[in-house]
Amino acid sequence: MLQFLFRRLIVALLVAATVMTLAFILTRLSGDLATSIAGPNATAADIDAVRKAYGLDRPVLSQFFDWVGRAATGDLGNSYFFQTRVSTLIAERMPVTLTLGLTGLSIALLVSLPMGILAAVRENTNFDRAVQMVALIGQAMPSFWLGLLLMIVFGLTLGWLPISGTGSWEHFVMPGIVLAFSAIPALTRLTRAGMIQAMGSDYIRTARAKGLSRASILLKHALRNAAIPVVAIAAVQLGFMLGGSIVIEQVFALHGVGFLAWESIAKNDFPVVQAVVLVLAVIYVALTMVSDLMNAVLDPRLRA
Amino acid sequence: MSVVTVNAGPRRGWRSAGTWIGAFIVGIALICAIFAPLLVPHDPFAQDLDRRLLVPFWMEGHNPEFILGTDQLGRDYLSRLIWGCRISMLIGVTVTIVSGLIGITIGVLGGFFGGRIDDAVLFAITTRLSIPVVLVALAVVGLLGTSMTLLVLTLGLLLWDRFAVVARSTSMQVRNLDFVAAAWCAGCSRFRVLSREVLPNIASHLVVVATLEIALAILLEATLSFLGLGVPPPLPSWGLMIAEAKDYMFFSPWVIVIPGVALFVLVLGINLLGDGLRDAFGTRSRT
Repeated sequence: MLQFLFRRLIVALLVAATVMTLAFILTRLSGDLATSIAGPNATAADIDAVRKAYGLDRPVLSQFFDWVGRAATGDLGNSYFFQTRVSTLIAERMPVTLTLGLTGLSIALLVSLPMGILAAVRENTNFDRAVQMVALIGQAMPSFWLGLLLMIVFGLTLGWLPISGTGSWEHFVMPGIVLAFSAIPALTRLTRAGMIQAMGSDYIRTARAKGLSRASILLKHALRNAAIPVVAIAAVQLGFMLGGSIVIEQVFALHGVGFLAWESIAKNDFPVVQAVVLVLAVIYVALTMVSDLMNAVLDPRLRA
Repeated sequence: MSVVTVNAGPRRGWRSAGTWIGAFIVGIALICAIFAPLLVPHDPFAQDLDRRLLVPFWMEGHNPEFILGTDQLGRDYLSRLIWGCRISMLIGVTVTIVSGLIGITIGVLGGFFGGRIDDAVLFAITTRLSIPVVLVALAVVGLLGTSMTLLVLTLGLLLWDRFAVVARSTSMQVRNLDFVAAAWCAGCSRFRVLSREVLPNIASHLVVVATLEIALAILLEATLSFLGLGVPPPLPSWGLMIAEAKDYMFFSPWVIVIPGVALFVLVLGINLLGDGLRDAFGTRSRT
């Protein structure tokens, strides 16, 4: 178990280091950063001043090791536009993105688990087919478009929910539903497949032979085994959702980390962009580790 | 994440019906994409400020000359929709070619040779999965400027993971089969074993991945275009059409409904076709 943990940790650190390098290269792609920061009307002297002020006159390698060294200690540099520390900016915006992600994941699980279980129990019935159709629809739905449609229906026509901002819990309902849509297909299919496999296994036959009630067989015996991969994937899905929330934050004007990244891209504020890429990647890596650990804890067979 | 070949069993009716519906949708989209210049009733780029936001055919007071109405600049919506299909399909297919070349190469190398090479391949896949796709694609296009070529290369470089995963696990299985051993014994070169024995035997799995990747690439292109960092205007990408019409959606909802439905139906059709192909090949990848 300890060795397993240790190896996962090493891989996670290596991934984080690689992403750090990629994020650095990414922001240097545009060529001369000083020119783009200074703007189209800048004189050569302005550009030189910008280059000096932001340390862009130093060799690229020294800039790189500087950023890696400081990022490793949690210092992500300063934003060019907001004139504050990037870590402060991200910490301020993170609660909105996390709230959105967790809302989305909760809605997705609340929908997927019952749908997947019922579809498995009634395999090959019309209900099963309907559930698979819902999964296909969820897979094909463009999230930004669904967001706009919900805004028209629930925001304007029915007037039930606010269409933008972060003032109250109601503001997170529509974005949460839209975000949930991206995870529902995978989670439903996995629950269904896991339940079908579990229901056909020997221990379920034994449980039936013992004369246990249907509910007890379903929930205590089958679901426990089927839920292991679902719980693990849910953690990974949360990672994808945090990365994908940039679109939904833009549609609903939620000022989270995704919105921050979007603004910063438009303003050439590259320390923020590279920091957000790094932070989201690190969160994803951490969540996959959590997912592996959950698998190991929930399923003793995997610990060997 | 293993790929197992299962006995597909008797084909269920609705699944094959779904496959045909998918094939039909993809067929129409291909015709629209290839023959777009011949099919458009009007010039999709011609603006006419006298006939802005004409309503589509199912509403009162529509103009029969413009079946789906016109946009905020008076451009024929049907023509832009057909032209947009061409752009979606073009990007979907080219992105999949780029990502397929990268992913299949990496995946086959790892699965076939194993050992250290496979460790490196797994690491590359893990790293790639930890990178937020939409954000990085936005950043690249935002820093380098919008162009179709750049968009295709960026998405291609970001979307190879599923190809790599499937190519790796399938070639790992094929590597140990008897006919590969026979080819080694017959003195075939590494390249020949790879190209003549391994690749043809994993091709069906890769075709299924390719269809699903085309759908994903089309959705991502629409998303990036919607955010203003995808296909450059005045090209009529469906995502861009939705973005441009967004300001008018509360008064005339059809302006975002029409391109959105087109996008949804096309992606649904490609996915239906992909699922059908997977059943037909008797392959099922658990990813």
